[in-house]
Formats: sequence, structure tokens, C-alpha cells
Amino acid sequence: MSAVLTAGSARRVRALAAAELRLLVRNRTAMFTALALPVLTVAVLSSIGFGEETDLPLGAVVVTMLTGFALLYVVYYNLVSAYVARREELVLKRLRVGELRDGEILAGTALPSIVVAVAQVVLTAAVSAVAFGLDTPPNVPLALLAVAAGVVMFVLLAAASTAITRNVEMAQVSTLPVLFLCMGSLIFSGVVMPAESVPERVNEVVRFIPLTPVVDLVQLGLTGQTRDGDTVGFGASWSEAAVPAAILVAWIAIGVWALRRWFRWEPRG
Amino acid sequence: MAEVIEVSGVRRSYGDYEAVRGVTFSVARGELFALLGTNGAGKTSTLEVVEGLARPAGGRVRVLGRDPYADRAAVRPRIGVMLQQGGFPADLTAAETATMWAGTLTRPRPVAEALELVDLAHRAGVAVKQLSGGERRRLDLALAVLARPEVLFLDEPTTGLDPESRRNTWRLVRTLLDDGVTVLLTTHYLDEAEELADRLAIMHQGRIVRTGTVAEVVASQPATVSFTLPPSVPRDRLPELPGTFAVDDGRRVELHTGTMQATLTGLLVWARDHDVELRDLSARPASLEQAFLAVASSDGVETERAEVAA
Repeated sequence: MSAVLTAGSARRVRALAAAELRLLVRNRTAMFTALALPVLTVAVLSSIGFGEETDLPLGAVVVTMLTGFALLYVVYYNLVSAYVARREELVLKRLRVGELRDGEILAGTALPSIVVAVAQVVLTAAVSAVAFGLDTPPNVPLALLAVAAGVVMFVLLAAASTAITRNVEMAQVSTLPVLFLCMGSLIFSGVVMPAESVPERVNEVVRFIPLTPVVDLVQLGLTGQTRDGDTVGFGASWSEAAVPAAILVAWIAIGVWALRRWFRWEPRG
Repeated sequence: MAEVIEVSGVRRSYGDYEAVRGVTFSVARGELFALLGTNGAGKTSTLEVVEGLARPAGGRVRVLGRDPYADRAAVRPRIGVMLQQGGFPADLTAAETATMWAGTLTRPRPVAEALELVDLAHRAGVAVKQLSGGERRRLDLALAVLARPEVLFLDEPTTGLDPESRRNTWRLVRTLLDDGVTVLLTTHYLDEAEELADRLAIMHQGRIVRTGTVAEVVASQPATVSFTLPPSVPRDRLPELPGTFAVDDGRRVELHTGTMQATLTGLLVWARDHDVELRDLSARPASLEQAFLAVASSDGVETERAEVAA
């Protein structure tokens, strides 16, 4: 994304984001997806026993799950729908004849969903800390960086997924591959099953799924627990973060590449 | 006068289909240049290249001295674009749409002023999906002029407008021209081109086939002289007249001539000398419509010739 942080750029993105926020608020389906779905999903999963098998503290499990679902529903799914809707309404084409740069158009459209997702994660963390008691996390900046990078990755994946999404209805189907894969990532990342009971083969595949490095880094930041089940402190958590961070950066690079190659600004003629 | 828009040898293809096949024209500051043509003639494809929305497959485009595609960031703040189709989110109101757009511009007019210019002030609070087609067209125009552009691109600006709104739009465009704004416009309406255009080009099958002022384009077409002979006068008594007989059924005669005065003189002197009363006599100079239809009806012939040449 070429959205450089100049004053003009920030002003343009803000103007577009303000309009997008209005549209989000006026779209009931999108509002439900954005506000209720992640919390409901986590509540239902917790009530049927997800997270009880693991040796992680419940607060950290809830925050990690919610981060995952917020990224999947609020950022990824919502934005595939929003980008496709704007493309089919010819809004993207219109925006491109103005002063907005391409990156600013994508960023401005994404901003309201991003804010909603991040606010949910932060709120959930605060509530969990009070309700379930969250031990002082060893590396909060790492967890926050992981959420931020996860947002960037899923915005890019959403934009790339519009290439296989002809209309808004199709988004329900075209987002399934990423959604299913990433839910698999949540199940096998120590949130649902204890990390050590996940077969090594599965683990080797799962760690490369887009959501996995985000989940790993958030857990590492919040509990100090690594994918292999070790517990580390602040200093060591940075070096343990290297591999998941590299996977995350690789996905962002793939996202940028896919976006440049396949993203269309107009409906197929 | 400085050329504000320069287009030379521009080509544009969609896959195997070449929609624009070497188009050249230029527009001076403060001038309105109209692109006419049948559907699929390549007007919008050409316009999109000049607006910088697409890179031409060949040729060169300069707007305000710069490449509108490569130097987008420098060119965009100085131009206003009205696309053929709106592209507004259905759930925003007219005012919200304009406010959003204004927020992305370097030196926008006040939103209320822009809506006032297109007579939409009273519909400011109405959702776009509830606006009529003509109102959406005017909202689009409001956004195009919101940037206080030096160059304005209008793609069929009055399609779907009622006659009064068309007049209002023309008045607004003329005001902008008076202020020195340069306008490149496409239209289906020949009266719109006659009304507004300083110069125009008629496109056909991706090429410009006629260009010049309205008078110049029309001058390439013959004038029409027509009359009806009285029953008492047989057709073969008519004298030799300069021109070609387009209709000639023995009674009703229609002549196409490049020298209307000579044809008329010959005809009228003969009628006076022979005491013939010509009924329904009329002499019309060529119209833009006639020039346009002549181009539009040349289908096939042009393509074959072009293919042989290529």
C-alpha cells in the first residue's frame, strides 16, 4: 500500500473513512458481523468447553480467540464484502478519478472495520483481565504489534479475495477457504487443544496458515508461552517471535503481490 | 493559445479488440471539444485514457503538459471528471456524498455551493438510491466541479436529464468556459454539440473521421434543395443542375449540392422562364445531424478499406 503518511493523505483517508463508517452503520448485516459475531462466537465456543483442555489461562484464551474471530469476521469477511460492493457500485472507479491514491482508497474503505476490530480486541482484553484475571503479560507491545500486522495482512487478503468474488452474495462462499483454514489454525494453536497434543505433522502445516503467526504472537505476548509449550520472559519472547513474525511478513508480501496482480477496480466488463 | 489537452496516435485495446485505433486531437485553454460517435465508437475508451484512468496501448497523451496516467498525482488536483455512470454508494445522501468527495480534494468549493450550481440543494438530504437518474447525473456533475477544475471531462453529461435540466447544465458549462475552464465532452446529442462545442470530432469504429468546428464538419456535407414539379411539367423538361439527385421519382425531386446558390439560381431562372410553379420548394444547408448520419451509415466500407490498408 502506497498510503504515505502526509497531511493530504491523512485528510483524504479520513474523508473516505467517515463516509464508510456511515455506510457500515447503515448496513445491518455488516453491523451484526462487525459488532456481535466475534463476541457471540467466542461466547458459544467457551460455553461448549473450548479452551478448557488447554493449559493456558482462560483470559488469554478468550483474548486470543476473539482476536482471531475479529480479524476473520470484522476485517477479512466484512472487507471482502465492502470492497466488492464498492467495486460493483462503480464507487472504486469513481474514487480513482479523484485525488485519492490507490492505497488511500483501500485504507479509507478499511479503516472503520479496522477500528471496530481493534476496539473489540482491546475491550475484550480489559474485560478478561478483570473477569478471569490475566497475569501481567510478559510482552504487551509484541501482542499489539501482532494484532496490527494481522490487520494489515487480512486487509490485503480481503482485497486479494475480491478477485474471486463476483458480487456481494458470492463473498459468503469465496471467503470460506480462508475462514476454514484460519479456524483450523485456532483449533490447533494451543487455544482449543494443548499445544503438545497436536501431532507434529499437523503442527508443521498449521504454523503457515495466515492466522497462526498472529495467534502465536498474541499468546507469546500475553502469556510468554511459545508454540512448543515453553514459557519465556520479555527478552526471550522477542527472539521466539522471529519465526512467526517472518511467516506473517511473508503473508503480507504475498498479499501485496496478489493485490497488485489480481485486484480489479471495476466490475468485469 | 496553449494546448491544454494533447492526444496523439492513441490506441486502446481490450484483449484482441482494438477500441481506439490511433486518435489525435488537441484542445486549447478555455475551449470545449466534443467527441461524437455512435455507441461503441470509442468515445468513452478515449476519454478514460485522457483522464488517466487507463494507460494507452500506444500513442501519447498530455493534460496540462503532463502524462495523466504516470503523473496522476500532479494532474488530478487540476481536473474534474464526470464518468458515464455515477458510482455512488446507494446509502449516502447527496450532501454526504459531496462532503466525502470534498474531503479528498486539495481546494474544494463549499459543498452547498456545488449542489446549488446543479440545482440539487433541495435534494441534499436525500439518499442517492432515492434520487432520479437525472438527479444522480447532476450530483455527478456537482462532484466534477467541486474541485474547481481547470480541465473538465464530461462523459455524456446530460443523458437522462429533462429538457430544463439540460438547459441548466449547458448554462453551467458555458459559465465555466467563460471562466477559462477547458472542457472535453462526449455526447449522443447533436444539438448539445452544436450548442456548446467550439470544435468537435466524430468518431467511428475507433477512429476520428471528421473534425473541426461545427461549420467545418458540416461543410463537408452537401446542402439539400428539394421541390415538387407540378403534374403539367414532365420531369425531362428540368434543366441540367449542379448536384446529385438523391430523390427523383418524376414529381418529387431532392438534390444534394455543394454549390447551393448556383443550383438554386439555375432552378429558379428556369422556373421563371418557363412559368413553372415549384411546390414545397426548400433549400437547406447541411446539418450536423446529416454529417453524423453520413458517418454512421458508412459502416463496413470504412473497415474494409482500413483492413486493406493495414
